[in-house]
Amino acid sequence: MRLERREVVPRAALVLAPLTALAVTLAVCALLVAWAGAPVGRTYALIFDGAFGSRFALTETLTRATPLMLTGLATAVAFKARFFNIGAEGQLYLGALAAVAVGGLHDGSGFDLPAPLHFALMILAGMAAGGALVLGPALLKVRLGVDEVVTTLLLNFIVLLLVSLMLDGPMKDPGAMGWPQSVGLKPELEFTRLIDKSRVHSGLLMAIGLAALTWAVQRFTTWGFEWRSVGESPAAARFIGIPVNAVLLRAALISGAFAGLAGVSEVAGRAGYLTLDMSPGYGYAGIVIAMLAALNPLGVVLASVFIAGMLVGADGMTRDVPVPSYIADVIVAVALISMLVATMLTRYRIRRG
Amino acid sequence: MSIGEPALRLTGISKRFGALLANDDISLELGRGEVLALLGENGAGKSTLVSILFGDYRPDAGTVEAFGRRLEPGDPAAALAAGIGMVHQHFTLADNLDVLDNVLIGTEPWWRPISRRAAARARLLELSERFGLQVDPSARVGDLSIGEKQRVEILKALYRDARILILDEPTAVLAPQESVQLFATLRAFVEAGLSIIFISHKLGEVLAVSDRIAVLRQGRLEAVLPKDRADAVTLSMLMVGRSIERPVRPAPSPPAAGEAVVAALSVDRVDVREGARQLLRSVSLVVNPGEIVAIAGIAGNGQQALAELVCGLRSPDAGTVRVKGMALGADPIEWIRAGVGRIPEDRQHLGVIAAASIAENAVAEHYREPPYARGGWRVDRAAIDQAATRIVADYDVRCRDIGQATSQLSGGNIQKLLLGRVLSRHPRLIIADQPTWGLDVGAIAWIHARLMAAAGQGAAVLLISEELDEIFSLADRVAVISQGQLSPALPVAQWTLQSLGLAMTGAFTHERSRSPNDAT
Repeated sequence: MRLERREVVPRAALVLAPLTALAVTLAVCALLVAWAGAPVGRTYALIFDGAFGSRFALTETLTRATPLMLTGLATAVAFKARFFNIGAEGQLYLGALAAVAVGGLHDGSGFDLPAPLHFALMILAGMAAGGALVLGPALLKVRLGVDEVVTTLLLNFIVLLLVSLMLDGPMKDPGAMGWPQSVGLKPELEFTRLIDKSRVHSGLLMAIGLAALTWAVQRFTTWGFEWRSVGESPAAARFIGIPVNAVLLRAALISGAFAGLAGVSEVAGRAGYLTLDMSPGYGYAGIVIAMLAALNPLGVVLASVFIAGMLVGADGMTRDVPVPSYIADVIVAVALISMLVATMLTRYRIRRG
Repeated sequence: MSIGEPALRLTGISKRFGALLANDDISLELGRGEVLALLGENGAGKSTLVSILFGDYRPDAGTVEAFGRRLEPGDPAAALAAGIGMVHQHFTLADNLDVLDNVLIGTEPWWRPISRRAAARARLLELSERFGLQVDPSARVGDLSIGEKQRVEILKALYRDARILILDEPTAVLAPQESVQLFATLRAFVEAGLSIIFISHKLGEVLAVSDRIAVLRQGRLEAVLPKDRADAVTLSMLMVGRSIERPVRPAPSPPAAGEAVVAALSVDRVDVREGARQLLRSVSLVVNPGEIVAIAGIAGNGQQALAELVCGLRSPDAGTVRVKGMALGADPIEWIRAGVGRIPEDRQHLGVIAAASIAENAVAEHYREPPYARGGWRVDRAAIDQAATRIVADYDVRCRDIGQATSQLSGGNIQKLLLGRVLSRHPRLIIADQPTWGLDVGAIAWIHARLMAAAGQGAAVLLISEELDEIFSLADRVAVISQGQLSPALPVAQWTLQSLGLAMTGAFTHERSRSPNDAT
């Protein structure tokens, strides 16, 4: 058995591949569900119902999908230029920290600004903080060839400790009965609710807007060509006069800024303050989402809703059937693997001999 | 095994890759103690055929027998066990290991606790002594020259008791004198009872070294001729299927009297170092408008550093590089803006973004400029497609559609695309680094004609080449590069094949120390 490159990728394959991947995922996970002793059909129905079946379910899924879209986008943008930013988690927290510093400390009174300006400043501060955090690894890569996977990944832990330090120190909310929790944002800085009696906030619109913007930039501007070229063959990109290092830095900074915005959006859109467990690994999930979306910005939106749906749906499902909610993680993992295999098979075919 | 069986017998071999029929019902025998040449253009199916008989590919139909025993298809281990040794065109050596380890890899069972290196070393030395393949067993392979690496590859096969040796384009990386040495070694192998398949697209050496010649064209076996019934004309007709008109270089017109000529490219006493290694040593060179200056040399003597220097990829450690009198730095965009047309050696990985479309690659060097990008940022696909369509038509790039990924093109078509990208802008200086490397005869003639036409219209051409035929048919002046030093560029008429071959081994470098910087 060997793989052979297809000369032409059939159009049907591009549609069939994700559907087949989904079918395979459901089939594989059905075995696990059955093993746990639960009725397969009912379990899947419960997951689906818990994710999309009611107004409440849908709004919860969208709320959960919002930070995932931003970290997924952050990852997709960087990976497109082959800058492997694994630090979205840290950038998210630093963005959140910056948002609290600008919009919460001393009641936000350090800035005597009209609310809209103050709001914009908070957003910018979060994005800048995320970007600044990637700047180090990006410069190290460009100047000295240091592997960015290691540097961005390790910075995550440093940032978490920094957040911990701030939450127990200068940013600690005195009214939180000793709980490690930051001071709250000024109420007028919080994101608006999009739907009554739900937690969906305007961060969702920002995420979708940025996804569309990124897609348009990649498709209609020279930046898109630069990103792809640098990602696919840096030597050839340099040869044809693309400023490779500048392109890498730019992609890295945009990536960090998106992840930072995810942090702002979580603080200002959901809790109103920062805690150490604000993100259950949104930054890392962003990598899965970006890969699932084949680095396509619009695909990121869909993949985020899918993953958020699985997580939210599984939480509901586990109350009715004896399947642990971890099945969601398994579904996501199997989906990613089948999607990667399916994508590969659109480009290659298997041949005997 | 019975006496009288041929060493190898291929029967009805066919192999298809998608729409391409790479081998079409090929039956062929290799006699014992025979040198059989496999001749054909690039893409004729030579490499596919030897890959099948070595077990790298499994044929769609047909069988391979070695010494009368059928080989399991698609199993290199079976081929090795049957005594087939292969010297690939692109060496399969581990650069970080020494020669002995490279030879030993895969020959010892994994459960043996201690490698029998002493015995292996003795055997390796005995083999290299016997066939005149000098090489130091404890040298690190990465430090060896290309010729030495090739010897290691051959020794590797001999060490495994190969009785059939397949050499894939072995002379592509050698100087003429080294090739002659290789041919003598091949003769020694034959006398020792080995049988040899020798793959080449060069007629001269095929006629010089082989007993029989098999000609492949478009996957079919066109003819098998004994050497005494073959000649260059017959072979080239069989190979190409038509006669190829070789373009002839018209005499360059002398510069108008009284007109001061500004050199299109002048390189002045340039040193290039990489770590402790000196890649270029006080290199000086001038290329004037309307002339083709060729740099001859054996691969790995500094051509790459020189090419990088004049493509804007590398800055000199000493000395200057000027284009039309203007010093340019190591930034490709400066060279592109200065109107230098650059055709890199590695067309697949440096010349084009393989995953990008043909259209994008056709205008890649100017993607940020109007009309391809409006306002410098907004991609205008219509303008790009229009320019690309013209280039593809004018430069005969065979493709289905300009939106296709460039990686799907053959090497020859990628080169035509590159040539189109460069020449369609009428550059005043053209850097052509191994422009016909690995291409078929038709494409080579076509590219030569284009380069000559450009020079005829006043462009300065710097041609870096390892093909002496190419140099003699194109160049006005020729300089030889050896160990990072460049000989003076003398008119082509002052060189002979012998003097050029001698200079390629570095003979000029002593002479040069007496009369330094004798450019032009």
